[in-house]
Amino acid sequence: MENAGYCNDSFSSLQSGTSDEDMVEIAGATLDFSSTDDVPPLDRDYVSGYPAYGSGTDCTNGAPKLMDLLDEPLPGVGTYEDFNTIDWVREKSKDRDRHREIASKSKESTWALMKSVSDAFSGWLLMLLIGLMSGALAGGIDISAHWMTDLKDGVCLNGFWFNHEHCCWNSNETTFVERDRCPQWKTWAELILGTAEGSFAYIVNYLMYVCWALLFAFLAVSLVRAFAPYACGSGIPEIKTILSGFIIRGYLGKWTLVIKTITLVLAVSSGLSLGKEGPLVHVACCCGNILCHVFTKYRKNEAKRREVLSAAAAVGVSVAFGAPIGGVLFSLEEVSYYFPLKTLWRSFFAALVAAFTLRSINPFGNSRLVLFYVEFHSPWHLLELVPFVLLGIFGGLWGAFFIRANIAWCRRRKTTRLGHYPVLEVLLVTAVTALLAFPNEYTRMSTSELISELFNDCTPLDSSKLCDYINSNETKSSNELPDRPAGLNVYMAMWQLALALVFKMVITVVTFGMKVPSGLFIPSMAVGAIAGRLLGVGMEQLAYYHHDWVIFRGWCSPGADCITPGLYAMVGAAACLGGVTRMTVSLVVIMFELTGGLEYIVPLMAAAMTSKWVADALGREGIYEAHIRLNGYPFLEAKEEFSHKTLAMDVMRPRRSDPPLSVLTQDSMSVEDVETLIAETSYSGFPVVVSHESQRLVGFVLRRDLTISIENARRRQDGIVSTSRVFFTEYIPPQPPSSPAPLKLRPIMDLSPFTVTDQTAMEIVVDIFRKLGLRQCLVTHNGRLLGIITKKDILKHMAQMANRDPDSILFN
Amino acid sequence: MSHVCINVCIQLYLLVCFLMILSAEISAAKNAEDIRCKCICPPYKDVNGKIYNQNVSLKDCNCLHVVKPMPVEGKDVEAYCLHCECRYEERSSGTIKVTIIVYLSLLGLLLLYMVYLTLLEPTLKRRLFGHSQLIQSDDDDVGDRQPFGNTRDVPSHSNVLNKVEHAQQRWWRQVQEQRKSVFDRHVVLS
Repeated sequence: MENAGYCNDSFSSLQSGTSDEDMVEIAGATLDFSSTDDVPPLDRDYVSGYPAYGSGTDCTNGAPKLMDLLDEPLPGVGTYEDFNTIDWVREKSKDRDRHREIASKSKESTWALMKSVSDAFSGWLLMLLIGLMSGALAGGIDISAHWMTDLKDGVCLNGFWFNHEHCCWNSNETTFVERDRCPQWKTWAELILGTAEGSFAYIVNYLMYVCWALLFAFLAVSLVRAFAPYACGSGIPEIKTILSGFIIRGYLGKWTLVIKTITLVLAVSSGLSLGKEGPLVHVACCCGNILCHVFTKYRKNEAKRREVLSAAAAVGVSVAFGAPIGGVLFSLEEVSYYFPLKTLWRSFFAALVAAFTLRSINPFGNSRLVLFYVEFHSPWHLLELVPFVLLGIFGGLWGAFFIRANIAWCRRRKTTRLGHYPVLEVLLVTAVTALLAFPNEYTRMSTSELISELFNDCTPLDSSKLCDYINSNETKSSNELPDRPAGLNVYMAMWQLALALVFKMVITVVTFGMKVPSGLFIPSMAVGAIAGRLLGVGMEQLAYYHHDWVIFRGWCSPGADCITPGLYAMVGAAACLGGVTRMTVSLVVIMFELTGGLEYIVPLMAAAMTSKWVADALGREGIYEAHIRLNGYPFLEAKEEFSHKTLAMDVMRPRRSDPPLSVLTQDSMSVEDVETLIAETSYSGFPVVVSHESQRLVGFVLRRDLTISIENARRRQDGIVSTSRVFFTEYIPPQPPSSPAPLKLRPIMDLSPFTVTDQTAMEIVVDIFRKLGLRQCLVTHNGRLLGIITKKDILKHMAQMANRDPDSILFN
Repeated sequence: MSHVCINVCIQLYLLVCFLMILSAEISAAKNAEDIRCKCICPPYKDVNGKIYNQNVSLKDCNCLHVVKPMPVEGKDVEAYCLHCECRYEERSSGTIKVTIIVYLSLLGLLLLYMVYLTLLEPTLKRRLFGHSQLIQSDDDDVGDRQPFGNTRDVPSHSNVLNKVEHAQQRWWRQVQEQRKSVFDRHVVLS
């Protein structure tokens, strides 16, 4: 039941080389998987440790591939290079074979039965572990980030580990107006100067704020640079690419996890305009990848591992927002490439476990998962859909503007000298952010707090500036405020918010993509929330002062509470986030899980749809796809439609002017010929034909497998020299006694490569690539091999059709 | 060899911290100071708004138990209490303490390790083994395809230690590769 080339059951030690656990010393050969060349340097000492198979087992793998005289599977055959694409078909069939073997053996003995049961359970156990670990890490990140953010303001004398809110938790000195005042919390000015009032104290506070911000940012970028350069940025574009089959070794490794966790806290605390949701997805996927190594089923199989990573992405969003369902939908819509139904159930389980773990760690001290929990349930009127749609349009415009500006800035960072000074860039941006953010109280507070304050509607119990409405002297018994004219403080707050809006819009463009972990959910939501709140308060005042207008007369009589600015803030946040990321269903679900307001689904949907339409009209792709395209990853977009009328022969290689296709023949090449062919070309695979004249297709063999097999054969098999014949046939004719021993390479050959005829429309070819996850596809004409189409060729072709630069596709 | 120990120590430390955090949460005793009932009372007639905090349990968390001294008397108490909103909250100060201390110590360790790797190790190596034997320097190993040739003259103490050291050097080389592709050539991660 083993397919000799692809069955690798005894790779126990060596398959750790396919992992990102590069620190684990392999007991046998040490293969260096870190090179970006096509030919990995094989290392020296093979330990003759791996068990040989019992012979005579037959492989059933679609086409019967008999296990030949190659007794043991070679180390490294069936693994992939860094920055290459996996072969989904091969991985899936490997897994099916493994499962079949376990199922058929399970009837033999109790031990085998238990093995099969544990194999079935291993998926669920893995999900449980991922949920626990991610929840714990997210809780730790939240607690640390809260503390460090407040560290810029002052320190708690009760215990330095308390942030401002927790320091004053038990105090009796808090007043109605100043909810956070207590003698145990000392600002830096108080500690240094002894006073808390006065302009000198303000200057000292300002200075300390800027210094702390710079210190945190410097530490963050230095750690990233020194230990894990893959930990910068958001991580979601790369995870999308990894989930579509790409391999980036080290991207989801231990060190990346540690550094990303630690520097995320530093980056968020430094006051930069970034969020932690995208990096939390990366952290959760790292946890998923690391825990995969505990289970053989997932360690050895790249396709199964990607199922686990899809679930881990759902866990990431779930702990970031406290939205398990939204997380699963986010993984389905935004991040994953293939999402079978089994993954849906498992993702949900993992997301729930993570949410539960986070809740039990209780980072916010009130058993809530997220900061933005809103409690109002006031109804909205149909006429309010007009301002909601306006907010949607604003969100779409903001999304399109942000994507264009950010991509332009990142491209400049990639190509000009700006990119040579990453540390300096981070420090400069932090300095500018801190200097401009301190004077305005709405930018001085952390963005999450700002959003939370904007989402919450004003009740009689609030005393913030935003809620300073002119008091009419009646005290009603209900908990709601009727619409009232705004007091002076509200107007001031509006001005400050408008300035904050402009500031955030500009600074986020520059911040996203820097060499520290950065996410953009929270900044986008902040922009939208500010815009929404401004519009909401404007509507409220309009309704109060002009309650006799036709549009207000029916439903908004004076003294009634008809407009809730907090709702406008929520809708605005959803619109802006949707405009930037182009999320649809997952956005709505996340928003109503965030806020608990099921009544508000319709406004949220209206805003999200409008924002997506407007943004799509202005620019085709969301921010993550734009970054994928900027980096040239080989990501075949599953949502785009291929609408051109080209044929397979227009795209295939070799073109007319190219040298003919490099093929191997099934029985007429020597080892030396093969090695020359490998050395002269840089293709990652070669078709095998019957002979050069007939060009009838036999199979396809990968370069890496060829190299490994030939090197191994030279070392270990008797009599293999440069003039030995290489045979890909099933049956080797008897050799004359004077010729050297033949080399059988049939086991490493794929006997069922996918082929299309040259007249196949490219639409179908692209569809085949997408649905099956192919790397390459052979093109035949009248039954004879004509050429080859690889994924990279397709991507270049699509780029050409869209008038983009085809050379921007960098990887295979 | 000391940086090998540091690396292993960091991994063990991580594991220990993780377990500590979990156990601290599970076994955290309910500190009396960690629960409170917070009542917010808005301005009412002549009385200003005020916030009352007390460490009472859930069943006692209402206006009558917490708002002491009552600013209004007699008949107005009920009306006053209707305006107030009382909420029960609890936290775990042990978890917060453990998390912050673990985080700070981890951060400190990493910073020390970084300083050691970037500043101290090359000088130490140079002093111990002579500059000519250094194949591997901190920067610019572009395209250095030869497998790591350990030409140092140090006697190999044991096979295991050698292999761990080898893995350590391999990790450092990988980090340098990553740094080149991310920071210098801007190939991955714009």
